[in-house]
Amino acid sequence: MSLDVRAETQMTWVGAKKLVDPQVSIRYGAFFVAENRLRNMAKWWLSIIAFGLGNPSLYLLSIGIGVGSLVDSSLGANAIDHVSYLTFLAPALLASAGIQGALDEVTWPTMEGFVWDRTFFSMNSTAITGKQIVSGILMAAMTRCLLQVFLYELCLLAFGAISWQSIPILLLVSATAGFGFSAVMLAFSASIKDDDGVFALVGRFIITPMFMFSGTFYPIDSMPIYLRWIGWISPQWHATNLGRALSYGSPVEPWLQAIHWGLMLVLAVIGITWANRMFESRLAK
Amino acid sequence: MPKEVRKEASAEAMITATGLTKKYGDFVAVDGVNFTVTRGESFGLLGPNGAGKSTTMKMIAATSQRTGGNLVILGKDPNRQGPEIRAHLGVVPQQDNLDRELKVWENLMVYGRYFGLSRKFLKGKIEELLEFAQLGEKRNSKTEELSGGMKRRLTIARGLVNEPEILLLDEPTTGLDPQARHILWDRLFRLKEQGVTLVITTHYMDEAEQLCDRLMVMDKGKIMAEGSPAELIKKYSSREVLEVRFGSENNASVAGRLKGIGERLEVLPDRILIYEESGEKCLEQIIKLGLEPVTSLVRRSSLEDVFLRLTGRTLVE
Repeated sequence: MSLDVRAETQMTWVGAKKLVDPQVSIRYGAFFVAENRLRNMAKWWLSIIAFGLGNPSLYLLSIGIGVGSLVDSSLGANAIDHVSYLTFLAPALLASAGIQGALDEVTWPTMEGFVWDRTFFSMNSTAITGKQIVSGILMAAMTRCLLQVFLYELCLLAFGAISWQSIPILLLVSATAGFGFSAVMLAFSASIKDDDGVFALVGRFIITPMFMFSGTFYPIDSMPIYLRWIGWISPQWHATNLGRALSYGSPVEPWLQAIHWGLMLVLAVIGITWANRMFESRLAK
Repeated sequence: MPKEVRKEASAEAMITATGLTKKYGDFVAVDGVNFTVTRGESFGLLGPNGAGKSTTMKMIAATSQRTGGNLVILGKDPNRQGPEIRAHLGVVPQQDNLDRELKVWENLMVYGRYFGLSRKFLKGKIEELLEFAQLGEKRNSKTEELSGGMKRRLTIARGLVNEPEILLLDEPTTGLDPQARHILWDRLFRLKEQGVTLVITTHYMDEAEQLCDRLMVMDKGKIMAEGSPAELIKKYSSREVLEVRFGSENNASVAGRLKGIGERLEVLPDRILIYEESGEKCLEQIIKLGLEPVTSLVRRSSLEDVFLRLTGRTLVE
């Protein structure tokens, strides 16, 4: 590309004082951050859709139908919670999809924002604040979370695992789990100075055990008592148990349902407070 | 150049720092500096790495809070009104922080959106900025496909998207080849003509001389001197400098015999600098003493000499 030092340029110039109203960014800055994240996500739309539909389809075929047939034939049909094994499994799979969908949008983008491309610093050089970046990232993460859960629900509906009436409530429960967990993980990601495999460790030692020991494949009561605590502190179990109660009427006491909602929301509050502090202090350095 | 030139350069203070201080624990990065930048001025912070230039810049950019003194930017306090101030600033950071996933034009679009500018306005503005940065042909390329110079021009164009009152440039040409540097200087000079207030940090003396009306020389968090490049050179150096080399092992011993030649002598490991109105006369005197330098060079004094005089060190170490 040739460069012409003498090239004439015409630039209109009214000046920021007249052109920019700071109050617009102060009010809507979080939405502008979310807009940027969604624009980034749109670059990967095919992967997101393919993963959103392909992953549940394969999972339902192998685990849901394969293992489900074995469970139903061994224990008898509708042996757990008086529903098919696939229906029992569905709320857990949706909770997992919600958590994973939101997680993808808070971990790598945060590394990109603080370490790789330092785009959070460019956002913060405008009127955008650290708290608005936190809110914007979470808004975009929740968009991805809702999309991923909804696609999963369509697959579950096609497999006859859930009823269409249960779609909104399962969407809400799974998204709440995704919200709580991703808020905490956003703060955690903001504390990482360099990616030296820490997210692989999180996947291996937090996400996988959380999925395996949160009553996903069998009721949490059937696990040894020394393993049940993993479920109790995991948003995966709270969303799974709540989803089962609200979608097909699994017997869960109202006080326990309140704890399920409460814990997921408390996680969100803790995560957002922590993330706000991390972002503000890191951007100021 | 722009037809709608704003030439209302007045003494309106855009930035006023009084006893400005920044501490990190016990470490004092900026130590009670005082300065004022007026509208339309091109103000430079000159100093070596670690002098406190970037820290000062971050405080002016209203992203890092001062720990002492007072700072007023566009009539506001950055510690309390950061977003309001930043809405009217343009920032070109030391490290290009462009979005790799997005195309060239999209980088300008999303940045403009952070200021709350409408997509309709930005559509036209982006075309102007691409032309200004000579990146029209690259509008649909991803930023990772751009050369270092192109990325820098895009970062500068991005900093102009809100038509800032003050443009802050932190080491704008570090790492660029000479051609890319000259292109950037030209673009920055055009902005200056347009009436944009520029604040530039650099450790390149030629850049400071090219772009800055007034300079503040910093070292170890303090102001060593302040004035226009010409004023600083006049005050702290002579008109000419004679550089002589006798071989790195001999410079120190020969220096003793050169006493009395020139107004002032600086002995560096690789060369001896002799400050005097006429470098040629000094060279004649040296030859008369029977000394034969390996190389000799007479040049005009520069800001490098000013810095050496003030701190006893060179700018790029």
